[in-house]
Amino acid sequence: MKSLIAQSHSLSDPKVQIEVINNHNDRVKSLDKFEKKLDEINLFPLKPTGIEIFQINVGYMCNMTCKHCHVDAGPDRQEIMTKETLQYCIDALKDSDIQTVDLTGGAPEMNPHFRWFVDEVSKMGKHVIVRSNLTILDTRKFEDLPQFMADRGVEITCSLPFYSKRRTDMQRGVGTYDKSMKILKVLNEIGYGKKETGLLLNLVYNPVGAFLPGDQNSLREQYKERLWEDHGIIFNDLYTITNLPISRYLNFLVESGNLEDYMEKLITSFNPGAAQGVMCRNTISIGWDGALYDCDFNQMLQLKTNHGAPDHIKQWDLEKLNSREIIVNQHCFGCTAGAGSSCGGAVT
Amino acid sequence: MEKTYYNPEDLKKFGNVGEFQKDLADKFFDYYGTVFADSALSAREKSLIALAVAHAVQCPYCIDAYTEDSLEKGYSEEQMMEAVHVAVAIRGGASLVHGVQMMNKVDKLSM
Repeated sequence: MKSLIAQSHSLSDPKVQIEVINNHNDRVKSLDKFEKKLDEINLFPLKPTGIEIFQINVGYMCNMTCKHCHVDAGPDRQEIMTKETLQYCIDALKDSDIQTVDLTGGAPEMNPHFRWFVDEVSKMGKHVIVRSNLTILDTRKFEDLPQFMADRGVEITCSLPFYSKRRTDMQRGVGTYDKSMKILKVLNEIGYGKKETGLLLNLVYNPVGAFLPGDQNSLREQYKERLWEDHGIIFNDLYTITNLPISRYLNFLVESGNLEDYMEKLITSFNPGAAQGVMCRNTISIGWDGALYDCDFNQMLQLKTNHGAPDHIKQWDLEKLNSREIIVNQHCFGCTAGAGSSCGGAVT
Repeated sequence: MEKTYYNPEDLKKFGNVGEFQKDLADKFFDYYGTVFADSALSAREKSLIALAVAHAVQCPYCIDAYTEDSLEKGYSEEQMMEAVHVAVAIRGGASLVHGVQMMNKVDKLSM
């Protein structure tokens, strides 16, 4: 499967995506606006609580082409963060108290400077999280990475949209589930997921279709039971993440005729408590080219930080970024529905 | 008149039934919420029971609602279909067990 951008699909254009989630038809147009919902609970304009997580998207290249991917990542994407830009990230981190560096993509492992960067950041004493699709670790070029990451205490947060093969493969491609089980066993063997090692292995659940995640605790228990009984696999935590109406997932919603119902469900499930805890309030997202965003979703919609805050890593200014106004739009309802959603799962 | 008796959009208007008998509707929805809360059975277990019952009573609104709810609560396709078969077995069995009544009558009427 090709990325939307390689297909020259209209929804590969962020402006078109924003138009669709706001004005696709009369029903979508009539839905409450996110700004209004924030205003009703005195949260607009949305301000940061202070940056604690430095999330870098090191490139959109991926060995997979998942149907729901908000990045539109895939083997045909060439956008990769250069060593120079990674060095700007290191420089920014040197002068800050930010402790968590979260690496995402694409498959972040495919950035040619991945190992160098993880080494440098680990030496600074920062906690590194790698968002892995698991299957990349089942290739010869990357098969030594699990041990490399274990040696540096890297936390691995990996995608596993469901505990069953059928639904996982439906979203991520045939064969994904089996490869994922194989790599999870490898990770367990070197100590990941085991309390005594401190090597954290977290799984990410996201709905395979046009519905919201259920209760995170309940799903965690289901995963624990099934993965242990069926495969002897253990892990630390499970994060439920809501699919946001962006890129390929938005394309799925439109093509399947689910857009209106899904948007309506997100909006009627708006939870003020979740809005208080949205991740953009304590996260900054850095794009492959060094541009700054409030979150990875805003990055994909090319909504850069503004209102006087710097919008490129070269102009890093923590004080200005901590007092910025966060850019919001209709996709943000995905993070405030129900128990809320973030890169660390439910927020309430 | 509507073109069909069932309109998916009507499910969203369920709460409007209170416009005609508010007290009764309030009591029903309050009761409904309590029934589906975590208690001796989990909300998750109740969702699958509801899916099966929805098929037994053949309510399209309930089938839509509890299919989505069962997916959200992490049931697999296999589990959901097994629940439907439970409803089918009970409905089928309920018909078939009346065969005994038929047999009794045959006995009575026969020489």
